[in-house]
Amino acid sequence: MPTSVSTVLDDLAGACPRVMAAEPGDHVDGVPARFVAYPTSNSEVSAVLTVATSHDLRVVTRGRGTKSTWGRPPHGVDLIVDLSAMDRVLDHAAGDLVVVVQAGTALTDVQRSVASARQRLAVDGGVAGASIGGTIATATSGPRRAVVGTVRDLLIGVSLVRVDGTVAKAGGRVVKNVAGYDLCKLVTGSYGTLAVITEAIFRLHPMATDARYLTVTTDDRTALAAAAHSVIGSQVVASGVEIDWPADGPGAVGVLLEGTVAGVENRTAATAAMMTGFAVKTLLAPDWWGAYPWAGADDGHRATALKVTFRIGALGEVLRAARALEVPLHLRGSAAVGVVYGAIPSGTDPQAVARAVQRLREVAASNGGSVVVLDAAAEVKAVVDSWGPIPALDLMRRVKAQFDPTGRLAPGRFVGGI
Amino acid sequence: MRRMTDLQRRGLGEVTATARAVLAPDAVITDPARLATYDCDGLTHYRVTPGLVVLPETTEQVAAVVAACAAHRVPFVARGSGTGLSGGALPHADGVLIALSRMRRVMQIRPDDQRAVVQPGVINLQVTRDAAPHGYYFAPDPSSQQICSVGGNVAENSGGAHCLKYGFTTNHVLAVDLVTPAGDVVTLGGDAPDAPGYDLLGAVVGSEGTLGVATSVTVRLVRAPERVVTVLVGFASTDDAGAATSSIIAAGILPAAIELMDSLAVEAAEAATSCHYPAGAGAVLVVELDGPSAEVEFEHAEVERLCRAHRASEIRAASDPVERALIWKGRKSAFAAVGRISPDYLVQDGVIPRTSLPRVLRTIAELSAASGVRVANVFHAGDGNLHPLVLFDDDIPGAAGAAATVSGAILDICLAEGGSITGEHGVGVDKAAYMPRMFTPDDLDTMQMVRCAFDPFGISNPGKVFPTPRLCGEAPGHRKGAHPLQDAGLAEVF
Repeated sequence: MPTSVSTVLDDLAGACPRVMAAEPGDHVDGVPARFVAYPTSNSEVSAVLTVATSHDLRVVTRGRGTKSTWGRPPHGVDLIVDLSAMDRVLDHAAGDLVVVVQAGTALTDVQRSVASARQRLAVDGGVAGASIGGTIATATSGPRRAVVGTVRDLLIGVSLVRVDGTVAKAGGRVVKNVAGYDLCKLVTGSYGTLAVITEAIFRLHPMATDARYLTVTTDDRTALAAAAHSVIGSQVVASGVEIDWPADGPGAVGVLLEGTVAGVENRTAATAAMMTGFAVKTLLAPDWWGAYPWAGADDGHRATALKVTFRIGALGEVLRAARALEVPLHLRGSAAVGVVYGAIPSGTDPQAVARAVQRLREVAASNGGSVVVLDAAAEVKAVVDSWGPIPALDLMRRVKAQFDPTGRLAPGRFVGGI
Repeated sequence: MRRMTDLQRRGLGEVTATARAVLAPDAVITDPARLATYDCDGLTHYRVTPGLVVLPETTEQVAAVVAACAAHRVPFVARGSGTGLSGGALPHADGVLIALSRMRRVMQIRPDDQRAVVQPGVINLQVTRDAAPHGYYFAPDPSSQQICSVGGNVAENSGGAHCLKYGFTTNHVLAVDLVTPAGDVVTLGGDAPDAPGYDLLGAVVGSEGTLGVATSVTVRLVRAPERVVTVLVGFASTDDAGAATSSIIAAGILPAAIELMDSLAVEAAEAATSCHYPAGAGAVLVVELDGPSAEVEFEHAEVERLCRAHRASEIRAASDPVERALIWKGRKSAFAAVGRISPDYLVQDGVIPRTSLPRVLRTIAELSAASGVRVANVFHAGDGNLHPLVLFDDDIPGAAGAAATVSGAILDICLAEGGSITGEHGVGVDKAAYMPRMFTPDDLDTMQMVRCAFDPFGISNPGKVFPTPRLCGEAPGHRKGAHPLQDAGLAEVF
């Protein structure tokens, strides 16, 4: 017999002081929740999940809610565990270049906190206001991944609460550590389907003394790819090599060089020399730098947001394919590693979007990569395969079954209906 | 040794039959004398003769043998070059040792994509040798890189001196073909980064062979730096050398490597290699800087300035490959060199936060003085990865035990500082018993949920990493009696 709403609320309130019935804004990609809990500690998260288990509630974790429409809409949401009250930097060991933070902390707040020691968490925040936990769960990345990598490479320790309330940790406070399985990587990009991430420990980097950008612009696709490849294959060690390839008109390659004043000066000259035949602009970042191509185009409707990956050497082929689609596609991202983001305008015929995604998937797959539909309007999600083909899906289902045997954590948001 | 049950003997017999059917005759070893040559890896005081050794040449052969193991619940252990220092490739007496030494082909070198695809038995340094003509190299460089295999690097998430700047094996592996413990072949990851779905690749790298056998590995190739400078610095004390290390990091410099050796380690290296390290130094730092020339020149000047500020007694810099190799020779041969000053030694592999370095070194020195057990310190100072060499003479009764006690106490010091029991050598059999000192039962249980997903019967390298196996498919914490895998002889409690 179903338990009454008030009983569930009472039980949740016993686990966590701040619990309430969901308000109209408390939904996940259009799926309304029934309750929201705002825990302030690992033990409160644990207690909330224990209650959720006893009432068989489906649970979605929310950091700052900036990417709640990413992935597939959940099959149902009873409880949102909102971590925005877990927003503290717990420890910044500057001499060890390590920071310990709660998952609900905004990435920008962490950056501000460690900047006082002239350090940075080398994760580019592509989504304004994003939390640390959400950044880990969706594995977002930006231009600087070219050299320092992504969340995957920088996350060295994690605290998790399992769906049954068990609190566990993996990794630790030291960068070099091979004791036990690396659960940090397992939960990175897992969209909240394995456990609730409550704390994270990151490796930090020193801030560079100087930084300079070079930008070249052309509508010659081949020349653009060649310019990017000349920098990628060089010894200037660019912190980022980005392309911007709108649906039509000229595209651009942007290069970020960071280091000492003298070093950057020298490397800028060396990089400019590689761009023969181009008018090279230097110093300031191009206005599109580090922004996802769908950002700023918000007219109240969601653009279709893609993540497209491919072999580094296949850049030219991907640029060509992008303009051969039946829909307008704007690509932008890290040519340096073969990970770019794509935007198809809102209002585009959903069936045409689905066909374009399929076509792009063929190109990406033949070049060692993939296409994921990160976000889209409901009518597009209704007809598009968001995640595409997933090798080793059976193994992933078994991992999910171990962590969440009854499928109550963000059900349906992830690959293969996980 | 525990006697094989009839069931296991029959199972091993079935696996042997399968192996004979799919492998060349000389690739199936059952002769006891030859089996005995596989009885240990680089940690030679653990020895177990395997029940069967196979030498596959293809993924399909590995899969066939593993599938047979799965069907008959026979444990298997994968082995690359057998250079591991934690007993991770220690065979199972009733099981199969899958030696990957015949899977030694570099399949692809693609500089334009910054990728190489290699078989697991390929020697680490071979990847760099093949990539070098294109201006690229494979960054993970464990000291054993002339003999260790890429498959072993994947299993152990190997580091090396240069991981301070370039990261570990896990940061350089894009994909593996994995034979799962069920005998299925799956590809985890891809040529491009960020493959959609769970990052199972991230879980597999460093899982010490407990989640399956990698039969193909796609790695990142890194562009060779424009300039490399290696600086050798002598100090009066490890305190000064440790403080200089901290000041270099605090100055915002990220060297490719910072290595520290104390006077005992320097003495040993000098005796073995005549590396001409500063005479009478209380400690030596080896700092390597690499990258664009203009950056390296600036950093080099800064490093020398900071070392002088910390009372460096002698500074030598080398930028040509021959001179640099000479500096590295002393450091890289340090483990073996200790054999010159002590008949036996234990290598420890703890990690501490870098800023704890001076305090920890003093504590180790006190421990050494109090116990009378000599400890030579060689380590990756930049990332706080200690390799204390605990010296003893096994001919003296009680000496080995005293050394083991000191070695264990050093790990406790590392944990008290918030560090780790292993930075790069792995847990293996050697440190499984220490895992509960670092992790709670719930932590270990959570990790083993991954194990259960991959290997529900616990046949892939059993007895490694975890002190006690988890019963898969049942709620934790409600077990009674002995673990069924123990009863079946498939697992032992360490």
